[in-house]
Amino acid sequence: MLSLMPQIVIANSLADGFVVFLTASNGWSSRVRDATVAHDDADAEVLLRSAKAAAENNLVIDPYLIAVELKGDAPEPTEYREYIRVFGPSVAIPSGQ
Amino acid sequence: MYKYDEFDSRLVTERAEQFRRQVKRRLSGELSEDQFKPLRLMNGLYLQLHAYMLRVNVPYGMLSSTQMRKLAHIARKYDRGYGHFTTRQNIQYNWIQLEQVPDLLAELAQVEMHAIQSSGNCIRNVTSDQYAGVAADELEDPRVWCEIIRQWSTLHPEFSFLPRKFKIAVTGSPNDRAAVQVHDIGLRMHRNDDGQAGFEVIVGGGQGRTPHIGKTIREWLEPEHLLSYLEAILRVYNQDGRRDNMYKSRIKILVHEIGADTFRELVETEWAELRDSELRLPQSEIDRISACFAPPDYPRRADAKTLLDSQAAARPDFAAWLHSNIAEHKVPGYAIVNISLKSLAAPPGDMTAKQMVAAADLADEYGFGELRVNHRQNLVLPDVPQEQLLELWQKLNTHGLGTANIGHVSDIVACPGLDYCSLANARSIPIAQEINARFQDLDRVHDIGELSINISGCMNACGHHHVGNIGILGVDKKGKEYYQFTLGGSSGRDAALGERTGRGFPAAEAVDAVESIIATYLRLRASDERFVDTYRRVGMEPFQEALYGAA
Ligand code: SF4
Repeated sequence: MLSLMPQIVIANSLADGFVVFLTASNGWSSRVRDATVAHDDADAEVLLRSAKAAAENNLVIDPYLIAVELKGDAPEPTEYREYIRVFGPSVAIPSGQ
Repeated sequence: MYKYDEFDSRLVTERAEQFRRQVKRRLSGELSEDQFKPLRLMNGLYLQLHAYMLRVNVPYGMLSSTQMRKLAHIARKYDRGYGHFTTRQNIQYNWIQLEQVPDLLAELAQVEMHAIQSSGNCIRNVTSDQYAGVAADELEDPRVWCEIIRQWSTLHPEFSFLPRKFKIAVTGSPNDRAAVQVHDIGLRMHRNDDGQAGFEVIVGGGQGRTPHIGKTIREWLEPEHLLSYLEAILRVYNQDGRRDNMYKSRIKILVHEIGADTFRELVETEWAELRDSELRLPQSEIDRISACFAPPDYPRRADAKTLLDSQAAARPDFAAWLHSNIAEHKVPGYAIVNISLKSLAAPPGDMTAKQMVAAADLADEYGFGELRVNHRQNLVLPDVPQEQLLELWQKLNTHGLGTANIGHVSDIVACPGLDYCSLANARSIPIAQEINARFQDLDRVHDIGELSINISGCMNACGHHHVGNIGILGVDKKGKEYYQFTLGGSSGRDAALGERTGRGFPAAEAVDAVESIIATYLRLRASDERFVDTYRRVGMEPFQEALYGAA
């Protein structure tokens, strides 16, 4: 099923732990719209390999591929778990009081 | 309150420094993630969906106002300005950066706090009655024993690699507020026939995917033997507990598989070797720890019941708050105040840094600078003069801390669920908030009366759904969030596991299901009957009929 969908690589950055995405220049960005999108499994494999190298070089932790839909200007994960990872908690962060 | 001695201080400071070096080695690449992960977990640092999460121990739920201010400071400086109080009386920060953890831990050490053993297969923070030392119904202060257990279990070399995590709870009151029957070990103080106080020892309770109510393996244990007996239990578990399958490795499975009688025999055999060892507590040591928890010097006060009645008569909101949030204090003229962290404004148990500072200030102004965290994710101010309750309530309200719902339908316990937790199957917080929003009318909330709702985002049951009067478990059904219901659970003296109603409901129908369960209760209840008593009397059928239609 994954193979029919565009995919991106998600991970946590090692030093601060925040969610990051593999970019076209083989870097990492905290903005999902910067994510490089693989359109088939072969492309996705290439992305994942380079992400795993980054993990070995201690830049990120636990990179993996997620399926996305290309709506608007940013990829949107199809699974709600990943959606929450990408866009943050679905509930407001306590503030104010 | 217990004050660190030299030994305690050195331990937490050195541990923070040790972790500083480990983090440095990780960041430089000297340690791989596989090598580092167990080290960070030993210091309470998890990696969650969005970031690292740090769990800080609040020993048996007790905090000084100074510590609370430090927690607020940490929320501001190292996190996003808030923290989450958990069902184990601890606090979690959700947006911690690895690089900053060493400094954070050093700051915690300054106020005698740490995150050691807040994760991993070791003895975790001992939990207790949030009314310890002040409850009118208390036999003995359980904190003395919690502290003794804390010292014994901290970095205990033999028990740092148990088959699985291990949780101990202690209550010193007959009205169990510490849920001792659903812990790996529960200790309940009571008097024997000679009038001497000692412990009933309950083993093998727990929640998770195979919930069990604990079994009493000893009716009465002399307090001086507490540590040797605990050590004997842990030894048997450490040796015989399963290690082949993490879902079967808690002590509850061992007790269940070999039976409580066999388990007891093994413990007693082990204990025979240990009981007169150096683990036997000398009275001088018990006295030394007890002195740390000596009651404050309460200025004498007259009972202010008449004053409160007249204040309440003029202010129905205040009357409602008095009704739900105040508990009886052992000293005349004083009250125990519960601060609800279940307003509509934030997820259950969440508190902003500003609120933490406000609560700390109020603890100084209206008490002796002490606060408690309870296992239902609320706070307690233990020593408030009755005549100052109105004033305190007004101030709590200005900080969003005056919600009058303790023990009621909107006082919902919820784990972080899929909004934060990497193990989750479904979200918990939005369901809690929707239920809360549905039950905003205080008259209605108070008319429904005593009722606990507990929500977990997966089988691990951190939201203690098995023991909620209404338990809600989030599951993933083909990529969609569903919620299964259990009814009749309880964690008190009458502890019971809830029973499944039947098929689950999609998120959009979950709150209607709660409404329907409550409507059924209201229709069937006899006069003042609590929800759980009605359920026990009438059984599951009418509730199933309401939820799923006639069979
Ligand atoms: S119950 Fe599950 S989802 Fe909730 S906090 Fe525990 S592990 Fe996470």
